[in-house]
Amino acid sequence: MTTELAAPAAASASAASSHPDRHASRSTSGAAAAQAGPYAVRLDRVSKAFGPPGARQLVLDDIRLEAAPGEFVCLLGASGCGKSTMLNLVAGLDQPSSGKVTVPHGRPALMFQDHALFPWLSAGRNVELALKFGGVPRNERRERAQELLKLVRLPDAHAKRVHELSGGMRQRVALARALAQGSEVLLMDEPFAALDAITRDLLHEELTRVWTAAKESGGRQGSGGGPLTVLFVTHNVREAVRLGQRVVLLSSRPGRVAREWDVELPYPRRIEDSGVTELAREITGHLHEEIVRHARH
Amino acid sequence: MPATDAASASAGPTAKREQHPEREQGPEREQTAPDPSDEMASGLDALDAPADTRAKAVSRRVLGKAGPPLLAVGLVLALWQLAHTLNWSSTLPAPGQVWADLAAAQADGTLLPAVGQSLLRCVIGFGAAAAIGIPLGLLLTRLTLLRTVLGPILSAIQSLPAAGLVPVAVIALGNSEGAVYAVVLLGSVPSIAVAVVSGIDQVPPLLLRAGKSMGATGLRGAAHVLVPAALPSFVAALRQGWTFGWRALMTAELITATPLPGIGRILAEGKESDSMSLVLAAVLLILAVGVLVESALFGPLERRVLRQRGLTGARL
Repeated sequence: MTTELAAPAAASASAASSHPDRHASRSTSGAAAAQAGPYAVRLDRVSKAFGPPGARQLVLDDIRLEAAPGEFVCLLGASGCGKSTMLNLVAGLDQPSSGKVTVPHGRPALMFQDHALFPWLSAGRNVELALKFGGVPRNERRERAQELLKLVRLPDAHAKRVHELSGGMRQRVALARALAQGSEVLLMDEPFAALDAITRDLLHEELTRVWTAAKESGGRQGSGGGPLTVLFVTHNVREAVRLGQRVVLLSSRPGRVAREWDVELPYPRRIEDSGVTELAREITGHLHEEIVRHARH
Repeated sequence: MPATDAASASAGPTAKREQHPEREQGPEREQTAPDPSDEMASGLDALDAPADTRAKAVSRRVLGKAGPPLLAVGLVLALWQLAHTLNWSSTLPAPGQVWADLAAAQADGTLLPAVGQSLLRCVIGFGAAAAIGIPLGLLLTRLTLLRTVLGPILSAIQSLPAAGLVPVAVIALGNSEGAVYAVVLLGSVPSIAVAVVSGIDQVPPLLLRAGKSMGATGLRGAAHVLVPAALPSFVAALRQGWTFGWRALMTAELITATPLPGIGRILAEGKESDSMSLVLAAVLLILAVGVLVESALFGPLERRVLRQRGLTGARL
């Protein structure tokens, strides 16, 4: 096991100082660290086990993780690292076995690998339903939904049925719907894993743009809150490096935080940037180590 | 179809053409030229979006739908007439004879009231069955204990032929409307409740999870996520409930001597007077009502619900 796990002070301080001994391939005081102070998401010594007593299986073990407001954090790991369990905990859909999950600004929005749009509603109505549950008054919903669809570059999709849209368009509507919830935290569970490479590349760009725009305007279109914090789960190393300000590598069975990297490359990044490739190679090396460790077990 | 085709045909070349001037424009391009990734996005969208294959000439659609059933009816009538002419069976009346019996029943004023009476009973019975069966089904999915207790009982009643229930109902309630409705309800309610339960069970968990993460819990979740997601199976449940109810009603009317006659009574009278043509006339009436309700009400309703969701169901 690596030394990072033995840092008891990790969870207590701010995002910047909570990981003093992380293996930062770049500097540790990144842009995200500058905004530290209050956190948008905090997991404090969180463990989660499933199964009946006696045959309990530990899925998450002593996770300590903080995301600063407006930070883009990618959670990376092979199968069995408990990524999705972790997002469920943060989303409030499940409770930790021990430890504490804190999301100060209310219920986070959640996006899945499958678009999970409601097929009985049009694209626009899907967004409007999220606005409705977010407490937006009826007479403002239509306009807000249109704004959000415009934000994901689907200005003409309002009346379209879900099955009339392509896979990439569906995920963009799903993004618009997630943003419509007005949450300050967006949880993404391998949202682009089922898309083809061209579409995925485009959506990486879209997501970075939406996140940056939310940051610059101090709040998202369609809501009035603070900057958008993203927790993005993936098993695609390049995707993680391309998108995130910070990449957190999780080990598998049970899921633990193995290492972290600050990604200091300027936005907008491209998947073929040499910086992205270089860091991705380094992280892939560590990921493979984690996987090989299981082979020896 | 034409719209999508045109979009994909034009978006491709346009995107290519405009990329070059954009590069040359340099610093000004942000104000003037369209965003290249926006163009990429719309080009991809046009290429990726599924083509719409719905549009078809109205006359062809009507012919395609009504043609085959009419052809089948014609074929059956022709075979029937042929069988009668060649005297394959001594008891088989001519189609004309059956028609004459129907006309006679219409002339002496018993046909329409009988059909009306049967339909009225079925509509009332079915309405009541839906009003009981759907909430009952929903309740069963919420309460595990109720489900373990009531589930097998409902399945058992569902498999019981209505003919087995009629004597029970008649002895308990007499030759009354009440006995008829009891049989219809017992035929219809379990089938609706059981189908609703299986419909709810089949709702994709991901949709429920998505709804939950949006804050759609409790009654709000049921109204905005669970029920709409299960709607296709609700329609199927109602359709099945109607069919079961209609069959049970015919059995009840055949056996029970209610004061007001229905189609089942015509069947009974035909049997008593040993008139094959009158019996066949009643059978055809029962069939016709079943087909009519199916094709005028449940068929279109089901197709609409399925098409709205991008599912194309079997056309019946």
